[in-house]
Amino acid sequence: MNYGIVSQEQLEQIDLLLSEKLIKLGVDCVIIIDMAGNIITAKDNGESKYDVYSFAALAAGNFATVDAMAKLVGEQEFSLLFHKGQESNIHFSKIDDELLLISMFGRDISLGFLRLNVVDVIEKIRKIWEKR
Amino acid sequence: MSFINLKDKIVQVKIVYYGPGRCGKTTNLEYINRTYRKQIVSEMVSLKTHGDRTLFFDFLPFDMGQIKGYDVKIQLYTVPGQVKYNATRKLVLRGVDGIVFVADAMEKQREKNIRSLNQLHENLQSYKESIFRIPLVMQYNKVDLKEHGIPILPTEVLEKDLNSKLKVPYFEASAITGYNVAATLKKIISSSVISIQKKLL
Repeated sequence: MNYGIVSQEQLEQIDLLLSEKLIKLGVDCVIIIDMAGNIITAKDNGESKYDVYSFAALAAGNFATVDAMAKLVGEQEFSLLFHKGQESNIHFSKIDDELLLISMFGRDISLGFLRLNVVDVIEKIRKIWEKR
Repeated sequence: MSFINLKDKIVQVKIVYYGPGRCGKTTNLEYINRTYRKQIVSEMVSLKTHGDRTLFFDFLPFDMGQIKGYDVKIQLYTVPGQVKYNATRKLVLRGVDGIVFVADAMEKQREKNIRSLNQLHENLQSYKESIFRIPLVMQYNKVDLKEHGIPILPTEVLEKDLNSKLKVPYFEASAITGYNVAATLKKIISSSVISIQKKLL
């Protein structure tokens, strides 16, 4: 069994990336979780007060369910998931087989703009993560 | 696979309550949620049907304090017990660090316990885990029913049925009154933490 351990340096790099690329953009809260529902790291804009631990458990369950559904319809995976609300939206994106990036954002950012940035962030996180 | 955050010094430990339908998994978590309210920062999350049966899982995060300078965060999950939800049970088991198998001590549930334990064995295999290696505690729940004249299985029978090969720690318990709920929890937390320590050394 592999244990998920990342170095302090790697986490700091990831945190910086999330702050620079997503929080500055106007995203309320970004969480990276593993598929077991553990939080790898969480960043917010200082205003949002989400219960990130419960969120991670639910998000992992949600994503796993969608993954299982993908297999049922013959897809390898649905690598992206988006929930739209009145005031807030949630965007899920798979980093690799183990990790998931979740962004919570309001009405100020368009989904397209967010997605562009998420793709960029994921590329960079993959590179940092590979060095484990 | 527990996650260890070296920067913030946090260890997250995933413990799953597993067992046949209506054996008392959710009741265990509800009792813990009521009794240890002070240590629990968030609300218990329950994904259930209108009939109050667990649909996906219950989730209860729980701070245990520090071990060797690391904050230990225990994440308690239950699985849905109903037979038809095995796909969901499997999903919840992903990355599990320790398991409490809650068996229903009522006589009529004897076979269901055995079937559920066998399925746990299979489900763990699908994650390349083994029921013989993973920290596991048996809980023989509903022993209070004896006082109400409901026939329950003697512990020796439950031990023979479920624990003769595994030989893991076991507790007679009553989740509804809280009898041995904390003892079960303490045992599985300590076994899981020790197992994580061993793997890291």
